[in-house]
Amino acid sequence: MELFRGVNIDWLGKKWYFLAFSLVFSVSGLFSILLWHHINLGVDFRGGTLVYVQFQQPPDVDKVRQAIDRAGIHDARIQPYGTSRDQVIISLAQKETQDAALDSGREIIVRALSANYSATGATSQGKIDLDNAGKGQLTQLLEGSLGAARAGQVAQAILDHRDHDLNGMFTSFGQLNGLVDAPTLAQLQQGTYISGFHVFGAEIIGPQVGALLRRQALLATLYSLLGMLVYLWFRFELIYGVAAVVAVFHDTLITIGAFSLTNQEITLTVIAAILTLIGYSMNDTIVVFDRIRENLRLSRRETLTTVVNRSINQTLSRTVLTSGLTFLTVLSLYLFGGEVLHGFSFALVVGILIGTYSSIAVAAPMLVAYQEWRANRQGRGAVLPVGKRGKS
Amino acid sequence: MRRTLFILAVLLVFVYGIFGIPKGVGLSAWKTALTDRIHLGLDLKGGIHLVLQVMVDEAVSAETDNAVARIQADLQQGGFPGTVLKPDPKQPQIIEVHGTPADKASDVRNLLDTRYGTQYTVSSGPNNSWTLTMKQTEVQAIQQRALQQSIDTIRTRVDSLGNFEPVIQEYNLGTNQILVELPGMDDLSRVRDIIQSTARLEIHLVVGGPFSSEAAAAQSTGGTIPPDNEVLPYGGSEPELQGQYYVLQRLPIVAGDDFRDAQPSVDENGRPDATFILNRAAGDRFYQFTSSNIGKALAIVLENRVQEAANIQQAIRDQGRITGLGKDKAQNLSLMLRTGALPASIHYLQESVVGPSLGADSIRKGVMASIVGMLAVMIFMLIYYHGAGINADLALLLNLIILLGFMGFTSSTLTLPGIAGVILTIGMGVDSNVLIFERIREELRAGKSAAAAVEQGFAHAWVTIVDTHVTTIVSAAILFLFGTGPVKGFAVTLTFGLLANLFTAVFVSRHIFDSILKRKQRGEALSIG
Repeated sequence: MELFRGVNIDWLGKKWYFLAFSLVFSVSGLFSILLWHHINLGVDFRGGTLVYVQFQQPPDVDKVRQAIDRAGIHDARIQPYGTSRDQVIISLAQKETQDAALDSGREIIVRALSANYSATGATSQGKIDLDNAGKGQLTQLLEGSLGAARAGQVAQAILDHRDHDLNGMFTSFGQLNGLVDAPTLAQLQQGTYISGFHVFGAEIIGPQVGALLRRQALLATLYSLLGMLVYLWFRFELIYGVAAVVAVFHDTLITIGAFSLTNQEITLTVIAAILTLIGYSMNDTIVVFDRIRENLRLSRRETLTTVVNRSINQTLSRTVLTSGLTFLTVLSLYLFGGEVLHGFSFALVVGILIGTYSSIAVAAPMLVAYQEWRANRQGRGAVLPVGKRGKS
Repeated sequence: MRRTLFILAVLLVFVYGIFGIPKGVGLSAWKTALTDRIHLGLDLKGGIHLVLQVMVDEAVSAETDNAVARIQADLQQGGFPGTVLKPDPKQPQIIEVHGTPADKASDVRNLLDTRYGTQYTVSSGPNNSWTLTMKQTEVQAIQQRALQQSIDTIRTRVDSLGNFEPVIQEYNLGTNQILVELPGMDDLSRVRDIIQSTARLEIHLVVGGPFSSEAAAAQSTGGTIPPDNEVLPYGGSEPELQGQYYVLQRLPIVAGDDFRDAQPSVDENGRPDATFILNRAAGDRFYQFTSSNIGKALAIVLENRVQEAANIQQAIRDQGRITGLGKDKAQNLSLMLRTGALPASIHYLQESVVGPSLGADSIRKGVMASIVGMLAVMIFMLIYYHGAGINADLALLLNLIILLGFMGFTSSTLTLPGIAGVILTIGMGVDSNVLIFERIREELRAGKSAAAAVEQGFAHAWVTIVDTHVTTIVSAAILFLFGTGPVKGFAVTLTFGLLANLFTAVFVSRHIFDSILKRKQRGEALSIG
């Protein structure tokens, strides 16, 4: 099987279409970044609170919002989550710079929910919430009758059962049958209640950390681009490096623009994806550049446009294959990787498409355009420096 | 043949890296062997992740507080009048001396220089005043010591929670921050209680009190509180003393490190209290002090609140009792004293709790996505490249084994972004194979023989492969330098994967080609689709 055998496409002849295409996407992304959705930074960069809550059934988001509203938090974002939609992420922006208040958002949410959700309908006054209790609390409850050591073991067994077999939550005390003996069960019924929700994760990031992470992410991206520019300068010529970095910058801009347009959050893992993308798109560009360099050595008589076109065509099947295969793996990540990796894989799905396009449609034409501009100034035909190193 | 053996040896070594030597033959034995070698990150295993800021300036302030008292004493001894104070709480490294006699300026200078010159820069100011500024190297040394001490203290405290493998280390995001990772824990409030509590236990001499308000307390010393005194609220359990204030000597008689231990105990009425024990040197000091101050009052101060104030009945050497503590408070205090006090208070910058169910879910999905992605790629390679596809698939499998083995050997931590890194390595790893195969096809089309085409294909693709790998490793390295936590894990996985890929796609794949070519008849076609 073979794709793209003996293709002969005049890529450089279509540069104006490419330019228009790139402009439309960059400008619409930029428009959204500057004027519409802006850049929606995740809690890791903004500072704030994220609480992951599991319910027994898919909850009514409005009811959750009302519960939290009543507790005095009005700007919470409530987002259904997970395949069965029975989970929500509640996020709060961090306003206070006071560190002591760092944990308060989470506590208020938990208290508000436990006041409104109680599976057994029992009053919860002074009782322990069995769905959210830690080992310490349960051990303390059972210590009196079982002794400290045994109480610890029983508490651990109950929690293991809850977290591993029951998806984090009891729905009735009957589920404890067989796990604990009758007197202990009675004691648990006395001292605990089933709240009907389970906080299975929480993340609280102070505003200082958010600011530091923002700076770090920005620096990492810039240094990464700079590092590549220097390497390409060393391996090829400065103009190759500049063209590649411009292409990669174009990809980054469009990817971030896509996040802004779809109003998705940029988190720490998304930044990791964007940095990977920079490396990936650079790969694609280098493959084309390597071939241009090789062909320039072989045939010095042909025009630059012909050589570049031929180089793109020769590497086309590789470019499409690799992108296709990487796209396949990233797509499986997007489809099967779960919500946590959603932003990560979305960035890569967009980025791989754009990165492949840009090495053909941005980097190579830019190389040629620069040489033509220089040649016009000097009144000679366009030639491209072959590059310093590398074997022929 | 030698190359085949070498490749097999590499395979064996890295399989050992992944599993070690399993204790049994069953599936579960392999599974435990696997998780023994490759540690799961907090995001997969569940646990608590904290970033703490150590307020190191407090340690500097404590040091200068000490110096203020010493300078005051030295001036008195030298017969110079004058007051010593710290003018600005925001600049704890600066001490000022006011009102020293003008005619003895050189004597004062001499005294300050000889006794404090090594730690402080001494300069004279207007109106017979002096400024002592702690030298920058000294400030840094104190800050660094405070950070290290905090790390050690937190480690001992956390160890008391049970047997798991906590990570407690300096965090490179900002300055003087500590990273605490507690896998398998999800009881945040308990952890906070144990870490946060500074349990600054001190014993001060009581100047006056109790007073009903701070103003009344100030009144008792003539309107303003002298610099060597302080006013602290009552924090014990006596109902009639609630809301009252005491005036205390600012410099404690014993504090912090002077305490060796405290044990929860029960008083004669069956109420919980705590017995403290001083270390030897502090015991001697305390004995001297109490024997010469019988009849005066002492205050036991816990976390800047007067826990208890009582008159000295007799000389006390190294044991004493603190009443009015609840059982929990007594137990915590005992833990704090045994592990030593934190040299400065701590602020929470970041907390995250990953429940075990979330982690398990992430693993399931991550592994699922990896397998689906990998299978899709492998099947495609077989269809597109026929015989050579087997070649690429073998290289891909070996790539994965080396990557995982590498992580096993270095006991790396596998995080969720790390799994994503593995998947991405699969996708990008196949790129080298595609580059080579496409080039071989081109050479074949140009009419070269199978052997020559393979030779040329590898030679040409090699240059490109090096360039592409180096640039990606550059971005992974920067990710590693700047990234924190999970992102770092991702960078490590990506780098290992790319290095392994250089070996498998170039060396191993080449070797398989060569051995196939050797067996073929001259002129027979190469199966490359």
